[in-house]
Amino acid sequence: MQIAVLSGKGGTGKTLLSVNLSYLAKNSIYVDCDVEEPNGLLYYKIPDIETDDVLTLYPVIDHDVCDGCQKCTDFCKFNALAFILGKVRVFKELCHSCGGCSLVCPLNAITEKEKVLGSVKHGFYEDTEVYSGEMKIGEESGVSIIKELLNRVSNTDKTVFIDSPPGNGCSVMESISQADYCILVAEPSIFGLHNLNMVYELTRKFNKKIGLVINKASNDSIIYDYAKEKQIEILAQIPMDLELGEMNSNGEIVAKNDKFRPIFESILNKIDEEVQL
Amino acid sequence: MKQLLILSGKGGTGKTTIASSFIQLSQARAYADCDVEAPNLHLINNLGEKTSKPYYGMKKAKIDQSKCIKCGLCQTHCRFDAIDFDGTYKINPYMCEGCSVCQFVCPVDAIEMYDSIDGETTIYRGKQLFSTAELNIGSGNSGKLVTEVKENLKSNLTDEEFVIIDGSPGIGCPVIASLSGVDMVLIVAEPTLSGLSDLQRIIETAKHFRVKIAVCVNKYNINESLTLKIKNYVEELKIAFVGKIPYDKNVVKLINKGKTPIDEESEVSFAIKQVYEDTITILNA
Repeated sequence: MQIAVLSGKGGTGKTLLSVNLSYLAKNSIYVDCDVEEPNGLLYYKIPDIETDDVLTLYPVIDHDVCDGCQKCTDFCKFNALAFILGKVRVFKELCHSCGGCSLVCPLNAITEKEKVLGSVKHGFYEDTEVYSGEMKIGEESGVSIIKELLNRVSNTDKTVFIDSPPGNGCSVMESISQADYCILVAEPSIFGLHNLNMVYELTRKFNKKIGLVINKASNDSIIYDYAKEKQIEILAQIPMDLELGEMNSNGEIVAKNDKFRPIFESILNKIDEEVQL
Repeated sequence: MKQLLILSGKGGTGKTTIASSFIQLSQARAYADCDVEAPNLHLINNLGEKTSKPYYGMKKAKIDQSKCIKCGLCQTHCRFDAIDFDGTYKINPYMCEGCSVCQFVCPVDAIEMYDSIDGETTIYRGKQLFSTAELNIGSGNSGKLVTEVKENLKSNLTDEEFVIIDGSPGIGCPVIASLSGVDMVLIVAEPTLSGLSDLQRIIETAKHFRVKIAVCVNKYNINESLTLKIKNYVEELKIAFVGKIPYDKNVVKLINKGKTPIDEESEVSFAIKQVYEDTITILNA
């Protein structure tokens, strides 16, 4: 069972939800798929966490063999190869590792080498199993790291909580690709509404079951009215609470606190009614 | 054109709120929203006449079933798991990155690359020029679309003019595309452990571009000790700390009415004005 938490807009509370729900749920795994800015491990503090590199391939040109025919530079759709001053140059950061250049080279002058794109971390926090991906700074896309993370949890019988990246592009789509249920998190502002609508359309396109959490809830019923109109189940409204905000800002798991635990327990119960956890 | 880019690393720290205030304060001739996966700036400002055009991202592959001999070479060579098999080979357009390796390896020329619309770019011509875009749901290549948003500004302006650009969260391709060619980056941080960690990563990303960098803290009173920690961290790196803005629940009320925090005098509006002035001083120095 996979449950993805997503929001479109950043900073609405994806990590708050996915950390606290996975902490309370029995037999669960937390996966931080926001590989550009991962924060889950600030809550799940695990000393000596196991770390594996995620590798990707990039081309290396043998200039002794290359005769400058430029078939590779013509073929590359990502502008990662350029013919400058009589030599083929490689721009590693732009390479998507499709392998096309080494296929088209008539002289076999191109070989592919591995480079580190980022890492996958794995450990346990009490009973919760924790995975977190991290993209190396300066890289363009962390989609391969998300794929690796999801690979690691694809054959588990535990309940997997996926902390998705913001936005509605390729990394978000990747992170919800296997999800059985999606929790949308929104805050009551016109920004929150606009971005909620985007991820709502995304989940509809892929026929996902969904529920909505309104975070930093105020008197403004902007999100509530939208949910009613679209007939989206509201799992919880978490009020703007300075104590919760401060605890969360310090990297505390707020579900450990008796005052806040019931919020997350009730969300888990509602999801359990929809898809048996 | 002189470009000020607003970034944050972490989402939801207040980039768009600060950007909209700056646009109002500066009367900048032009501005842009480069958060193409979740654009919001068009929701607050007074816009003018709108012209949109489709955005073509990478081409995508299509298999002509009448020619396909089901040899499977395309699937073997595709590195993006974009080719599914259920009796026939089919391209999953969401996974296809447009590399055209499948077309190259196909022995019977059954694969064609076609133009695919991945979003829309829009220019508003009002009192100010506004360039924005929206990526189609689940599409890749947001970096290329960001570059187009910036090109749309540039082609309409002279070199001396000042523009404000609202960026996207993260540190990946849309952020890198938005950083290219700007004069200065203002990073809006928030006083949380997550905010501090994300700030460190966005500073390191921005440093690759050798641009002027300044940092401000938004909603500083949520955690004053972390605000101090951020200030010390930034100053240790010899990066300008240009001020802190308090949390005030009235800000979201103004935003929801399509206004900016500058529209009403408050501690927030004073703080933003001071951050603005310090930022502009550094930009022009």
